[in-house]
Amino acid sequence: MPADTTARSSSWRNSSGDSGGITPRSGPFLLRHPSVMVFIALLALFTLGVTILSEGFGIGAISTSFVKTLGKTLCLCLVALAMDLVWGYCGILSLGHMAFFGLGGYAIGMWLMYARTEIIVVESLAAAELPPTPQEISDGIAAQIFGVVGASEFPPVWAFAHSLPLQLAAVVLVPGLLALVFGWLAFRSRVTGVYLSILTQAMTLALSLYLFQNDSGLRGNNGLSGLQNLPGLGDMPQSVVSIWFLWASALALGAGYLLCAWIVSGKFGSVIRAIRDDEARVRFLGYPVEAFKLAVFTVTAVIAGIAGALYYPQAGIINPAEIAPIASIYLAVWVAIGGRGRLYGAVIGAAFVSLLSTWFTGGQAPDVNLGFYRIHWVDWWTVLLGLSFVAVTLFAPRGIGGLVDLIAERRHPDRHGADLGPDQGALREKEADQ
Amino acid sequence: MTTLLEVSGVSVSFDGFKAINNLSFQVAERELRAVIGPNGAGKTTFMDIITGKTRPDQGHVRYGDKGASLLSMSESRIAQAGVGRKFQRPTVFEDQSVADNLMMALKRDRGPFAVLFFRPSAADRARVEELADEIGLTPALHRKAGELSHGQKQWLEIGMLLAQEPRLLLVDEPAAGMTPAEREHTTDLLKEAARTRAVVVVEHDMEFVRRLECKVTVLHEGSVLAEGSIDHVTRNEKVIEVYLGR
Ligand SMILES: Nc1ncnc2c1ncn2[C@@H]1O[C@H](COP(=O)(O)OP(=O)(O)OP(=O)(O)O)[C@@H](O)[C@H]1O
Ligand SMILES: [Mg+2]
Repeated sequence: MPADTTARSSSWRNSSGDSGGITPRSGPFLLRHPSVMVFIALLALFTLGVTILSEGFGIGAISTSFVKTLGKTLCLCLVALAMDLVWGYCGILSLGHMAFFGLGGYAIGMWLMYARTEIIVVESLAAAELPPTPQEISDGIAAQIFGVVGASEFPPVWAFAHSLPLQLAAVVLVPGLLALVFGWLAFRSRVTGVYLSILTQAMTLALSLYLFQNDSGLRGNNGLSGLQNLPGLGDMPQSVVSIWFLWASALALGAGYLLCAWIVSGKFGSVIRAIRDDEARVRFLGYPVEAFKLAVFTVTAVIAGIAGALYYPQAGIINPAEIAPIASIYLAVWVAIGGRGRLYGAVIGAAFVSLLSTWFTGGQAPDVNLGFYRIHWVDWWTVLLGLSFVAVTLFAPRGIGGLVDLIAERRHPDRHGADLGPDQGALREKEADQ
Repeated sequence: MTTLLEVSGVSVSFDGFKAINNLSFQVAERELRAVIGPNGAGKTTFMDIITGKTRPDQGHVRYGDKGASLLSMSESRIAQAGVGRKFQRPTVFEDQSVADNLMMALKRDRGPFAVLFFRPSAADRARVEELADEIGLTPALHRKAGELSHGQKQWLEIGMLLAQEPRLLLVDEPAAGMTPAEREHTTDLLKEAARTRAVVVVEHDMEFVRRLECKVTVLHEGSVLAEGSIDHVTRNEKVIEVYLGR
């Protein structure tokens, strides 16, 4: 019997891999999950390819600004992975994960801005006769950074901005703690479904409105800027820095993918998918549903924060508009278009839609002349995106990733309703008679 | 025999309608008990109260050796304390394989961290296979639960309950949608289960209840109408009037 079972488990293996459960049950993780291996290999090839074609390290076929776009896209793929884990697998339609992404960006941006301004201030004070006191340097930095909002003192939130390790810790801790507190309050009172989505929208709206204020301590609507310049590496050309960030983003995406694949592959993945499908039933199995949701919500917020911390140095600027509620809705749209409930679906959706969006809104897309009306894609792209979202939801709920199933199903014919064996088959016939 | 579950003086009303009215009920350790009653008698609501889904307006529910109150516990805590429940409509996780469904139900640490680092041991796998064999689903072990027939889903759910190793098993209409042969199998499974734990079975089908050969409680309008052997309750005039006479 055991031999028979193993044979079955491999012959019935679902080639989409990530759906879990039906994968073979022994061997190293990567062999059990071939789709993860394929993904990592493609990601490595992509990163190498871009490097070879780049201006900084290669033949210069790809402009530095496009390398940055690609690097940013990898970060968006990472936050989409987080969204897929929390929504596609655990069924929590969070419309606030871009807030965590933005917080990660702010956390790293504070250090970048502080450290770079510090260098400038120290240089300018070096000309003075007396060596500047630490207070003078600090005041100088504060005046530089907060001049735009009419302040000249460091707000308390900047207390650790001088320290890279502390701000890196903040990249993880700030989104993580916010998610922990918010999630604890929301899940404990059993807020689910559309109410939870609205609550997360309220959270991101509140955060963005708060950051828009000048006295929020984060430069109001000016946000943080000049983030593309790495402190102390002023003479390093952007063509080189952009490749560093591309690699860092690719590494983070690869690691994030591995982590998510590991999380969803085992019993934890089973339980969160069960929570998505019937949360009450999971409670009656004895699982503390709220604790699971909170864990997933918090972990994904941390992943989103890390993605943001890699994204904004490539974007160069972050401001409160980035945290606007619509950003989180776009994130959900990407994951839906890519195919939720499968990790590569989220990556495909984020990459495809965000690159397409860059193309359409960048003015490169040719206008369509209808004779009576010219479609300018810059204006009409959002409409097209909205319509695609509706179309995907209605006609292809499995998204672009669902195409993989079409290929897989051709190889493994749909076994739905097939006989279970002579005995059970007979039973089923009797059933039909009844 | 010692009492495992004691429900006393419990009442619940939904928008003024008394679904459960001053209900008292006891089950002993390793007892098999059938609960019958017409539609809307409150049988499912009664299970909802024990499993923590519905909070009663009045009354007590005590469980276990120390007589702990179940009313202050969450659904998952009650389940962890050893109360397992099978729903009227089979509820298995259709998107996952039979093996995964059983593995999830297996009695192991339920905390998120323990679950995250859980990897099934050889013993766990063997137990899952053994359970699958017991419920006749061995050939379907790696198929999605959603592909099973109605009766097979009922069994899978029973298998998941057995995997939980509960001390008290609450089963709501287990034989609905089953063929006569499947019903017989289910009767055997329930009787077998009651050797090591208490089992409360809600059922409409009188023949099925008769075959369980156990004490029967008749519910009507949210309270106990009669209790005793199947012959005793079927002779009771009030029971004939409200239930059997229809
Ligand atoms: N959540 C609820 N809100 C309002 N009324 C409810 C609720 N749950 C149950 N009821 C009502 O309480 C009564 C008892 O319902 P219950 O489901 O317990 O009956 P039952 O004995 O299980 O019936 P059946 O044999 O049909 O399964 C019914 O009249 C039902 O309409
Ligand atoms: Mg019922």
